[in-house]
Amino acid sequence: MQNIEDLQEQLCRILTPFVPDGLDLQAETDLVADLDLDSMKVMDIVVDVEDHFDISIPLNILPDVRTIGDFVLQLQTLLKEEA
Amino acid sequence: MAIFDKFQHLAATRQALADSGIDSIHVVMDNIVSPTEAVANGRNMILAGTNNYLGLTFDPMCIDAACDAARAEGTGTTGSRVANGSYSGHVELERELADFFGFRGVIVFSTGYVANLGMLSTLTNPGDVLLIDSDCHASIYDGCRLSGADIIRFRHNNVDDLEKRLRRLGERSANTLIVVEGIYSMLGDRAPLADIVDLKRRYGAYLLVDEAHSLGVLGDRGRGCAEEAGVIEDVDFIVGTFSKSLGAIGGYCASNHPELDLMRYASRPYVFTASPSPSIVASTRAALKILCSRPDLRSRLWQNAQRLYQRLQELGFVLGPEPSPIVAVRLESKEQALALWLGLLDRGVYVNLVLPPATPDGGCLLRCSVSAGHSREQIDTICEAFESFQSWEQTAQIA
Repeated sequence: MQNIEDLQEQLCRILTPFVPDGLDLQAETDLVADLDLDSMKVMDIVVDVEDHFDISIPLNILPDVRTIGDFVLQLQTLLKEEA
Repeated sequence: MAIFDKFQHLAATRQALADSGIDSIHVVMDNIVSPTEAVANGRNMILAGTNNYLGLTFDPMCIDAACDAARAEGTGTTGSRVANGSYSGHVELERELADFFGFRGVIVFSTGYVANLGMLSTLTNPGDVLLIDSDCHASIYDGCRLSGADIIRFRHNNVDDLEKRLRRLGERSANTLIVVEGIYSMLGDRAPLADIVDLKRRYGAYLLVDEAHSLGVLGDRGRGCAEEAGVIEDVDFIVGTFSKSLGAIGGYCASNHPELDLMRYASRPYVFTASPSPSIVASTRAALKILCSRPDLRSRLWQNAQRLYQRLQELGFVLGPEPSPIVAVRLESKEQALALWLGLLDRGVYVNLVLPPATPDGGCLLRCSVSAGHSREQIDTICEAFESFQSWEQTAQIA
């Protein structure tokens, strides 16, 4: 079972190409407001994250994902279900 | 005012476009001259962004059928078929479409959007899975959301990616509906349906193909991408629209599953939408007859599509991955797309301006759609307008 910090670190690595220069990613970083991601980009990232963790991530989680921390919590739940 | 706050970014975007002299949503066609010509903003325009693939909107048979039906049965049905009953035309159209596809049954919907909404939201529910191509149309995304099923995307036209996701689902693949399009509306490329059918068989999933842009365009009999790929009998559900090749408005779902008819009782978008008007049903039936009896229209459509694609490619424009009646010109920046769109409008050519997030990969598109109704001269004029922009852009850069 991966802990929250590990999951966040892995997620941040996936998000790296979308991070504006000088921005330090935190659990509170807002995907839309801080990273300027539109809905299509967020869905593309979900596909990348699925492949990284080799799990299915339904788009249905997205209304509950505003920040990196929210995303990590959803990931933790999904990984627990798959285990 | 609070409920309107979320629209402020749209207001800002619209204002920025208006300041550049662009309001693509409010181009008014003052006079529609033919399937391929209009007078817009006071000037003659070649229409190259209509989806009017067979050019049937002015066909005399279709127009006469619509007028006769309106005179005989009135202008509208004023309610849904569940409440107000079916008109004989609805039933006849469904029978004719079922015969055309060689399927057991068809349900007609009032628009193509409602067809996707009605089928996807009803076929799948919480606990089921929808596996959708990432480039699917908004109506598919909206239908999926309404279903409550788990929505999983796979990378566009990537069969390996689809298989990876099916494998991950394990036993849930039996409760999975794969959703793809025959020809994709933005880039004009077609789905690798033979491979997708192979996967759906191996994993025991279901397959829905939206043939909105491929009806009348692909296949020996114009039945779409599934016919062209030789797998039409393996597709569980074919969804489509009357608003493109058939020149009217409306949608349908065709299937061999006997349970299709139960959707009429369970599909809220079907139950609670007024049924198509008699004139629409009549012109659609006439257009379907023409689609079946005039394969020359399909040939002319493809000649025009090939010509436009080849010429624009020769001019150095970056296009969608394959020739098709949708010729998508890819541009590097929003500014470039807006300038070219305006430049074409100035030269009397109307195409669709498509900006992110409506585009597949965050790029900007000028989307041309070709018609069998375009003359060779009109295709050449469209190409010349694109060509003149190149020199105009160069001139502007030098200045």
